[in-house]
Amino acid sequence: MTTERQNATGRIVAAQGNLMTVEFEGIVRQNEVTFIKTEGQRLKGEVIEISGNLAKVQVFELTRGITCGDTVEFDGDLLTVELGPGLLKSIYDGLQNPLELVAEQAGYFLPRGVYLIPLSRTAKWDFTPTAKVGDVVEKADYLGTVPEGVVTHRIMVPFTFIGKGKVKSIAPTGSYTIEHEIAVIEDEHGVAHKVTMFQRWPAKFPIRFGQRILPVEQLTTACRIIDGAFPVAKGGTFCTPGPFGAGKTVLQHQISKYAHIQVVVVVACGERAGEVVELLKEFPELDDPATGRKLIDRTCIICNTSSMPVAARESSVYIGTTIAEYYRQMGIDCLMLADSTSRWAQALREMSGRLEEIPGEEAFPAYLSSRISELYERAGVLKLKNDSTGSLTIGGAVSPAGGNFEEPVTQSTLAVVGCFLGLSRGRSDARRFPAVDPLISWSKYNDRFAEFGDETTRHRIEIAKKAQKVLFAADEIGKKMSVVGEEGIGRDDMVTFLKGEFYDAVFLQQNAFDKVDTATDIARQTEQLELVEMALDAELSFDSHDSARRFFLTLQDKVIQWNYTAKNDAAYADRKETVLKTLKGHTHG
Amino acid sequence: MVKTYNRIEKIKGSIAQIRAEGVKLGELAQVKMRDGRSSLAEVISFDGDKVTLQIYTGTKGVSTGDAIRFLGKPMQVACGDALLGRVFNGSGVPMDSGPEVMSEKVEIGGPSFNPTKRIIPKRMIKTNIPLIDMFNSLVRSQKIPIFSIPGEPYNELLARIASQTDADIIILGGMGLKFDDYAFFHQYFSKTGAMEKTTMFIHLASDPVVECLLVPDMALAVAEQFAVQNKNVLCLLTDMTAFSDSLKEISISMEKVPSNRGYPGSLYSDLAARYEKAVDIEGSGSITIIAVTTMPGNDVTHPVPDNTGYITEGQFYLHGGVINPFGSLSRLKQQVMGKVTRKDHSDLANAMIRLYADAKKARDRESMGFRLSNWDKKLLAYAKKFETRMMDLEVNLDIEAQLDLGWTILAECFDKHEVGLKAEWITKYGKWKGKAA
Repeated sequence: MTTERQNATGRIVAAQGNLMTVEFEGIVRQNEVTFIKTEGQRLKGEVIEISGNLAKVQVFELTRGITCGDTVEFDGDLLTVELGPGLLKSIYDGLQNPLELVAEQAGYFLPRGVYLIPLSRTAKWDFTPTAKVGDVVEKADYLGTVPEGVVTHRIMVPFTFIGKGKVKSIAPTGSYTIEHEIAVIEDEHGVAHKVTMFQRWPAKFPIRFGQRILPVEQLTTACRIIDGAFPVAKGGTFCTPGPFGAGKTVLQHQISKYAHIQVVVVVACGERAGEVVELLKEFPELDDPATGRKLIDRTCIICNTSSMPVAARESSVYIGTTIAEYYRQMGIDCLMLADSTSRWAQALREMSGRLEEIPGEEAFPAYLSSRISELYERAGVLKLKNDSTGSLTIGGAVSPAGGNFEEPVTQSTLAVVGCFLGLSRGRSDARRFPAVDPLISWSKYNDRFAEFGDETTRHRIEIAKKAQKVLFAADEIGKKMSVVGEEGIGRDDMVTFLKGEFYDAVFLQQNAFDKVDTATDIARQTEQLELVEMALDAELSFDSHDSARRFFLTLQDKVIQWNYTAKNDAAYADRKETVLKTLKGHTHG
Repeated sequence: MVKTYNRIEKIKGSIAQIRAEGVKLGELAQVKMRDGRSSLAEVISFDGDKVTLQIYTGTKGVSTGDAIRFLGKPMQVACGDALLGRVFNGSGVPMDSGPEVMSEKVEIGGPSFNPTKRIIPKRMIKTNIPLIDMFNSLVRSQKIPIFSIPGEPYNELLARIASQTDADIIILGGMGLKFDDYAFFHQYFSKTGAMEKTTMFIHLASDPVVECLLVPDMALAVAEQFAVQNKNVLCLLTDMTAFSDSLKEISISMEKVPSNRGYPGSLYSDLAARYEKAVDIEGSGSITIIAVTTMPGNDVTHPVPDNTGYITEGQFYLHGGVINPFGSLSRLKQQVMGKVTRKDHSDLANAMIRLYADAKKARDRESMGFRLSNWDKKLLAYAKKFETRMMDLEVNLDIEAQLDLGWTILAECFDKHEVGLKAEWITKYGKWKGKAA
């Protein structure tokens, strides 16, 4: 902070695509941000390789018009994220450019070289101090609070502050802009540091000040196949690979809407702009059931869609993660969703190709799997100084080429995540949504929840496990049936097959277009599972395959009618009763 | 003063290298060849004063002593009404007998559209083709490919969709087209009168490969100019597999590391940059892209259809001369079905597809020699009617008439209670006479 370093300068000597070779004078850092001055514009870039007095710079923009000899300014900083009140409700591009402001300034298109400040300098926030003059503090300690929509935003000692410091002054309760000096902290060398309500942090370094602890609490998503069968932990990781058209994005959107969590960061990374527009237009309208406010109030959207510059696609994921980590540091539960990490990996591949690195499998760079691990490892639960905890859950969509999960991005991801929700073409073709395939998916959190959870949780997990076994058995029988025909299998096998189908139809599948069925809270899921258990355990006998099928179809139809009924609907209890009657009518003894 | 360079140091593939100073990345140059031909070339990289040019018409016959003059600007395309009714090649040179267009020019491959300025598309495009309008409705600003194989009538389908929609402007980008196909489009559009609102950028199969790459950028840059002037533009791109193959050819000749079956690692981004030009602009016009992707070996996991599927908003499978109702998908259909069309649209379409799927299974049973139940027989009769009266590409009906036809077919084949449709729709729209069972 005190050691002022003269930033280097340089000039372009070679260019190819968005990779520039810059001859520089001075001191240059790896990953330092640079600005290339060309045609009256300043184009942002990043140093990715240094050799002698030559630096290779990847430019985040279209590079047309760059000439040999153009000057290059080195910024001294790495690619940083601006952190402070106002991040929620914002829509940024992959470089934290506020897209709505860019539109106000530049109209329909995204012209290059326009970099606006991410956080408003004029908006005022109500600051309440929590630290006192004379307090001894260190980085990430809380100085005060600011209400930011749904969360209590903590103003923290900058993460870059070294050692311990003493609060020399702190602003009284009041309304300030984020640039206002709210505290002065004197460090161990007696140097006074001004603190404002915002700070900057390099996106590629994790914000993790506290003790990492094991994630044991479930993150509920209101999606039955996830919560009931393949649950995710708060502070855990999951991935949703699937071929195109299987509904990855719909699933991610569902999770971003219904996940029971305080802050959601959605990173639309290299996917369709049209899908982001749905979020942009819907979230300000949709209610957040947990807080009664609008969904956008808890959401930050990072949007670097497929036609936006590829290099910024790489940074978008890091920027989203950093923002989520920042909120975690306040003791908040956060969720970061990246759609899709394959596009991010492709950005790595393109850059690696330009650097002429030796390619690995499918031309992905050899460091692909370590980059993927690094990213997912930024998730986790943190025990903070004041004994509160904050968590960051990371969920990534993966778009494997040809829908083949053997490819490197899916495989590297599977090696590091705690929950795998594999979407399959077979299920989406059969219109079984969400198309998460229960025969290939898994979650490592089930056992942990059973260990740390209460009685209800344990029971729920037990049922789900039992149902999963029936599902596998039903699948085997189904395969047999396709060879020998329905007549070729015994009555018991037929019943098991139908039980599997029943569980699939009434619990695992969920109708996103029905306003009740689209989201099921965990209490109702437990109730549904208990009913499923009754059906699975029931001793049923039929005189023909057909009558068995008819029975299950009727039962299924009744359960689905009940699923579509809101809990506060008068018909709720009746419909459940009808289901139970139908079931009992056929049970022995 | 414009300097002319007369010494080419290296010629390879479509690439030439010279020594020059002060040139810009992406700048155009004019190459004048000794035999009188001339071509545009683009600066694709430089290293010091070593400048690498990509010559649009290829390097065949280029000599080390040809004259190169830099033009100080990147590739541009003329735009505006003067283009309507005209045909150009990939470099923007007129292919018809008309004069060069002198109107205002814009750069091709311009910046991306700001997502916050997009709107959720809600305007339906009527094509009068039941398998599209009724089962997979097309929506303005959609980007959707026709997945097909060589030999199928995909170009005929494109031409028909274009002539029957109410688009203000049609832009056709032809890549790797056979001359016959180009002539077909020209004739068809002239005959239907659509030519007056059409501009074509055509790369014929025998044309230089670099020009193939330029076609979508030229077409979409022109489309964009019309769209911001409140015009609804329909952009047809055929065939994007030829475009991808050109990308492959050029990237391999430039010794780039291939990723999958020889295609460059950037294939996804390259395709997305074009398809994402489709847009419905807040308070202005729109661009809709209907493309053709021929699938080599009819393999949907081939890199081109695979990457395309991840980018576009659904796809139509054209097989055996009909649009396959299974697999074909319009991701935007929910925005219009039952909302701008009749209320029964969505349910009716789903029921008909479900029954057709059942009918397919019945057909399998028939071909395997199993005994058919009465229900199977009903399904088979239904499948036949569905195929001849709805799936046939010759059928040309308004959406209302399509829905009525759907109900008629159902009434002819099934009893009311067998179709699994809401009683409300059956009473209101059903075509059953008297009281059925």
